[in-house]
This record gives sequence, C-alpha cells and structure tokens, in this order.
Amino acid sequence: MKKLLVTAALAAAAAFAASAASAQTLNTVKQKGQLSCGSNTGLAGFGQPDAQGNWTGLDVEYCRAVAAAIFNDPTKVKFVPLSAKDRFTALQSGEVDILVRNTTWTISRDTSLGLEFGPVNYYDGQGFMVRKSLKVTSAKELSGASVCVQQGTTTELNLADYFRANKLELKSVTFATSDETIKAYDAGRCDAFTTDASGLYSERLRLANANDHIVLPEIISKEPLGPSVRHGDNQWWDLVKWTHYALLTAEELGVTKENVDQMLKSDNPDVKRLLGTEGKFGEAMGLTNDWAYRIVKHMGNYGEMFERTVGQGSPLKIARGQNALWSKGGLQYAPPIR
Amino acid sequence: MTVTSDAPSEKPRVAPWNDPRVRSFAFQALLVLLIGFLVYEAVDNAADNLRRQRIATGLGFWDAIAGFPISQSLIPYSEASSSYGQAFWVGLLNTLLVASIGIVLATLLGFGVGIARLSKNILIAGIARWYVEIIRNLPLLLQLLFWYNAVLKALPGVRESAVLPLGSFLNNRGLFMPKPVTGAGFDLVLAAFLAGVAGSIGFRIWAKRRQERTGRTAPVGLVTLGLLIVPAAIVFLASGSPLTFDVPTAGRFNITGGMVLQPEFLALLFGLVIYTAAFIAEVVRAGILAVSRGQTEAAFALGLRPNLTTNLVVVPQAMRVIIPPLTSQYLNLTKNSSLAVFVGYPDLANVFTGTVLNQTGQAIEVVGITMLVYLTISLGTSLIMNWYNARKALVER
Repeated sequence: MKKLLVTAALAAAAAFAASAASAQTLNTVKQKGQLSCGSNTGLAGFGQPDAQGNWTGLDVEYCRAVAAAIFNDPTKVKFVPLSAKDRFTALQSGEVDILVRNTTWTISRDTSLGLEFGPVNYYDGQGFMVRKSLKVTSAKELSGASVCVQQGTTTELNLADYFRANKLELKSVTFATSDETIKAYDAGRCDAFTTDASGLYSERLRLANANDHIVLPEIISKEPLGPSVRHGDNQWWDLVKWTHYALLTAEELGVTKENVDQMLKSDNPDVKRLLGTEGKFGEAMGLTNDWAYRIVKHMGNYGEMFERTVGQGSPLKIARGQNALWSKGGLQYAPPIR
Repeated sequence: MTVTSDAPSEKPRVAPWNDPRVRSFAFQALLVLLIGFLVYEAVDNAADNLRRQRIATGLGFWDAIAGFPISQSLIPYSEASSSYGQAFWVGLLNTLLVASIGIVLATLLGFGVGIARLSKNILIAGIARWYVEIIRNLPLLLQLLFWYNAVLKALPGVRESAVLPLGSFLNNRGLFMPKPVTGAGFDLVLAAFLAGVAGSIGFRIWAKRRQERTGRTAPVGLVTLGLLIVPAAIVFLASGSPLTFDVPTAGRFNITGGMVLQPEFLALLFGLVIYTAAFIAEVVRAGILAVSRGQTEAAFALGLRPNLTTNLVVVPQAMRVIIPPLTSQYLNLTKNSSLAVFVGYPDLANVFTGTVLNQTGQAIEVVGITMLVYLTISLGTSLIMNWYNARKALVER
C-alpha cells in the first residue's frame, strides 16, 4: 500500500516536472516523430480539411513546410483544430508546438500571453460584408446596423473601435465559432458580417446565395497574420521564422518546386546558400544543411503556395496585393541568408 | 450472580505499528501530506511556468476598459467606458435572468406534463409521454441550435416585420415592445401595490386560522384579487397616470426605441425550459405514483371531491418525494445555461470566459472566478431548496 502511494507520488511529481521543461521543442518534436500544429477549424484557403480529409490551406502548408524542414516529410504533422477562443491556451499549455491560425500579431498577445510571433505570412485587414439589397456602399453608412462577429478575435475589438471613432451606433451579436456566426448572418439575424478581408471572401463561398452579398470597400484595421510559438525557446522560434524566409527567398531567386533539383547545380552563391550546397546554416538551427531544399522540394516557394491555396489557383482568387514580394510592390521581405 | 471482572480489561501490549488506531491515523496523515504536496506542487509549478513565459497574472485587468459591446445588458454598460469588472456583472445578471425565468417556466411546464402523463385521457397521456421520451433523449446543445435556427428561420426579416397590436413588432431580430417609462408619482403606485400584497397575505393567514377554528371558509381568491388591483388602480388614477410608453419605430436598419426580447434569449430560454421540463415531468410523475393508492381511496371514503383529494392529500405527500430531485434539475438548468455561447446569448460563460479571457489571456484567474460563481449560484439554490424541503418534510408527532 505504502509502496503504491510513494510510486504514485513520484509519478505525479515527474509529470509535473516534465510539463515544466518546455525549452526544447525541436528535440521533443523529433522524438515524437511529428509536429503538432494548431490550425483553424475550417476556413477555406487557410486551414480546412478537404473532401478526403486532407488538411489544405496557406496556414496548413506553413506547418507542412516546417515538418518538411525537420523530417523531410510534409505529412508528419498532426493538425489540432482550435477555435479562436481556445487557441492561445492550447499553445501555452504545450498541446500544440506551433499555432498557425489566422492569428493577428498584437503587442498584448506578444508580451503578456507568453507567446512569440514569427514573420507575417499574410497581411490582412478587417472588412464588412452586407446584403446587396440593403444598398449600402460604405461601412460608414452602417450606423444602427446589427453586426455578427466571432468571439475572441481582434475583429471584435476593431469593430467597437471603428464604430466609436466614426460615431456610429453598433449592435453586435457575438458567437463562439465562425460557423455559428456566418449561419446567423445568412439567416438574416444581422445586417453585416465582419472578419478579416480574406475570411470574408472565403466565408462568402459558404453562403446560400453568394451573389446576394458584397464586401464593402473599407478596410478598417491592420491584421498581420502569422505563426506563433511559446515564449522562451529561441531555437524553435528561429526555425519557424526562417521557414517563412526560406520560402520568400526561394521565390525571390526563382527557385520553384519544379526546378529545385536543377538549381542545386546553380552557380549563384545566393541559391547555393539557400539550398545548402554552401554554408552550414541548417546545422546552426539544429537541422540538416539541406533544410531549405527540403521545404521547396515538397512545398514549392511562397508564391506557389499562395496561388495554390488562396490565389488564382483556388476558388478564392485573392490577388497578391500587399502579400507580393517587396521587389514587386508588396510587403513580403526576407532577411538575407548568409 | 456475580461477574468477576479482574483488573478492568488490561490492554494487550502491542507495538505501535500494530495498533490499528495508530496505523489508521498514520495512513490518513500520510494521505493528507501527499494531497497537500500535490496541490502545492501544482500551484508552484503553474506560477513558475507563468512567470517564465511572462504570462500576466493577478486581477489587475478587472478595472481596465473592456472595449467590446454586449448585446443585452440589465445594467448600464458601454464599450467605451465600462471595465472588465462591469462586463462580468452584465454577464452574471444575464445568466441569473435566463436561469430564474427558466426555472419558473420549466417548473410550470414540468408539473403540467407530469400530471398529464397520469391522465386517464389516452390522448393527453400519450402526447405527454412522447414529449418526455423525445426531448429527454436528445442532447441539449442540439436542441438549442435547433431552436435558434428555427426561431431565426421562421420569423420574418427586419424590413418585413410582423406588426402586432399595441405598437409591437416581431422579426428575426427579436420581439420589440413598447417600453414603460415611469413618471413622477409612480413610486406611490408601487407602494400601494405592495401594501395590497401585504394585505392579501394577512387576509389569507386570517382566513386560514378562522377556518381551522370555526370551519367557515372565506372567498380568498376574490379578496386577494381585489386587494392587489383596487388600491394600486386608485392611486394610479389619482396621481394622474404617471406611466408613458416608449413605442418602437422602424429605422434604416433596425427598429429603434422600445424594449426587445432578443432571439438569442428566446432560443436559450425555450431550449432550457423544454429540456428541463421533460425531466421535471418524470420527477413529478414518480412523486405522485409514490403516494399509496390507499391514501386516495381513504380520502374518497371520507367524501372528499377529486380535486380536493389531489390538493390536500396527494400533492402534499408527493412533494416530499419530488423536491430533492427537483433541486438537482434546477441546478442542471442553471449550469446548462452556459451553453448560451453557441446561440450568441451574452451570459457569464460567453462574456467572461469567452471574450474577457481572450482579451486578457488570463485563463487561470478568469476560469477560477467563473467556477466560483457557478458554485455559489448552485450552493445558493440548494440551500433554498433544502430549507423548503425541511419545511415540507414529514414531521412526526
């Protein structure tokens, strides 16, 4: 009896101690043999299981790219669908290793939630969708309108700020999931539906009559969306950041999924450093030197990923806009790999 | 007959580790120490992790500006100036509102259905039985979503509002009604009404005592009605009708003015009442069946009419069986109201554990406070019901 109690106490103590040590995410992921990725419960273009149950979308592909860099296998990812409400708790508690879920980078999330935000993988802004029959052409005409919004998002706060700043009267109805929110809007509970502009285009596809609705021209906020990791593990944070920069650099240098094997023979020193034929940048991160080659080989570069998931190759048909490379008038800029 | 007792029970000498009392004490002390250690370790570990990951702790957020709107509020609340603390109270009051109205309605419906199940009329008993069997066996969340969507889909859009009498509108944004606005002197009307309530209670006590003494009955119902209405009506007219109505009018998007019962509230109330009433019906049926058939027969033999038999013989005895399980149904209804978040009703779980938690990120504090609140509400409800139960319990003479 006594022995049993002591064993139980030791086991409990060990369990507590184990959860306290969280600094070695990369080693833990390698040991588990798969990456645990917090994703959207279902947002077309960003994170959604398709008809066969495979996860697709820009955010999902980010996780696959990280898995490709670590395991040389983009399928070694376990996707954990999280609601806007639960996402940070899941990351803080270690249930997921990385959160890529249309999450806006803000100072309070960065400094008081125990998170680190990586690079911005999608520059977005908040917009409104209304029925065409309302004959509204600007968000400034929405005074007194009821607006359906999802809980636990920056959207909820921006909405209140925007209506207050423009002296408009707001009646918001708040729901826990995006599903319930868009259903209530579709049923006519609200005059307007608000979320990030990318989300508006994606949710519009789910409405009973997509053509009866328009997206208003105003973009009322800055929504830099990107991956986040737990605070205090810099090695892991570096890896997550440079995954995105490798994708950008590949696009900049014209390295694609198709030509990456030929590019291995390239004389261009930038390409050589990216693909690991020169330099030991991968080892410094705890990976192999061909880490970026693996990413591009499996996932293509950022441009290819974008067009495949949200761009012209997808039903969303979102233009690159701010998400074009810096050299083409956009905001996507990668520090040099050297 | 003598009993020889030599040296009153000399205790057999045993080693302390073989003494059952010492042993049981030691084991319990060990268990307490172990639990204490686990609790300490968990708290210390959580605090350590929070510190290391620089996650904010404490209740400093309570007075910060909330900055988000809430669609239904019983107290003044504005997103521009109200704090998280005020948002907490708004959510709590909304929870209490839906729970208290829900408990009253579920009790009425539940008693009705429970009695209907025992009806000799096959049709009534059959309907009540199907109601109980269907509602009881479907998950509550599913029912809530059904009611919400049923309410939204069935009602007309805001621009095609159904116009009801007395300046009311019904559409899928809710039921808009004229809002009473009280003028000067309304306090007097209220005072007259309260005096009427006090008077009718006094009359009932007097009538009961007189009936016990002399056996003569008084027209209690009529006198109560008169006492409630007449004084209040006289004062109301005398002080110049100090009550006006703010009538809702159709604006560009919504109907403005008046007061509104939102579809979220109605859907949640409907769902909770209909679900809980099915369980209460079964509790009531069990309670009535628990009263032995002999009691009814004895009452009939004494010449009591059927409705008097029910009111004076069956129900008082059935209540003793009904009250304890009824209490747990009330507690269930209150706790189930936290499913409000799925239909967009701003209750405590929606506002506080939802939006406030997300904006502050302080899960431990927020969830802890919410658990404390639900615990307090539940313990309070049980306390009242236990008191009521003690009053109704069998008093043996």
